Amino acid sequence: MTVKDVVKALNLTVYSGSDGLDKPVNGGYTSDLLSDVMGNASEGMAWITLQTHKNVMAIASLKDLSAVILVNNLQPLEDTQQYSNQEQIPIVGTTLSAFEISGRLHNLLNSS
Amino acid sequence: MKTQYDIEGGNFSKAGFASSEVKRMLKQLNLDIKLIKRVVVAMYEGEVNIVVHAYHGTAEVDVSEKRIRILFTDRGPGIKDIDQAMQAGFSTATEKIREMGFGAGMGLPNIKAHADELNISSTPGKGTQVEIICYIKKDHQNT
Repeated sequence: MTVKDVVKALNLTVYSGSDGLDKPVNGGYTSDLLSDVMGNASEGMAWITLQTHKNVMAIASLKDLSAVILVNNLQPLEDTQQYSNQEQIPIVGTTLSAFEISGRLHNLLNSS
Repeated sequence: MKTQYDIEGGNFSKAGFASSEVKRMLKQLNLDIKLIKRVVVAMYEGEVNIVVHAYHGTAEVDVSEKRIRILFTDRGPGIKDIDQAMQAGFSTATEKIREMGFGAGMGLPNIKAHADELNISSTPGKGTQVEIICYIKKDHQNT
């Protein structure tokens, strides 16, 4: 399943990094603590968070994550979007909470 | 082979820049991917520690046949109690920095978990030196 498939299935908004929409998503990680993601997420995961600043993309890139999913209708800052475009790692968003979107992504990945 | 990177204290927009340079360099050297992933976590945490806590610092990355050694040296407030700093969840970061998701007290424990060796020495009021070593051979044996 690619980021594009997840976007379609969960009705997400694509903010940036659309060149990376064909990246495969192999799991998810939900956290707002950067070191938690750094230490525990792994390559190909979609990262669910409420953090919107640029450092999110530094971590997504260093960890080779597939996408960043922003919750609660939060939108990425301008320089965060630029970084996302440059790294070709999509930032997508949802109006749902972290709990809701994590559950839906989990179901989606397990059923595919 | 030695390369050195400058790390600016307080400049969050550049946090992770040196780490991504190191990642690129290690990939070019065609090192084991699991090893690179471990080094990247340790390098990032060391870099962020300088950005969050120090005024200025350097990361000296030395790659030999046997190991990757990263030496962080900073001018900064130093660490009063290193054992306490090593405890998961302990942090002296400000509220503002925590709101960004930094300063959760997981940085040094992350380094310890991903590197083979971690040595810290610090002079309060002057600065801190953090040495991180990842062995190259060990990873090949694991795979």
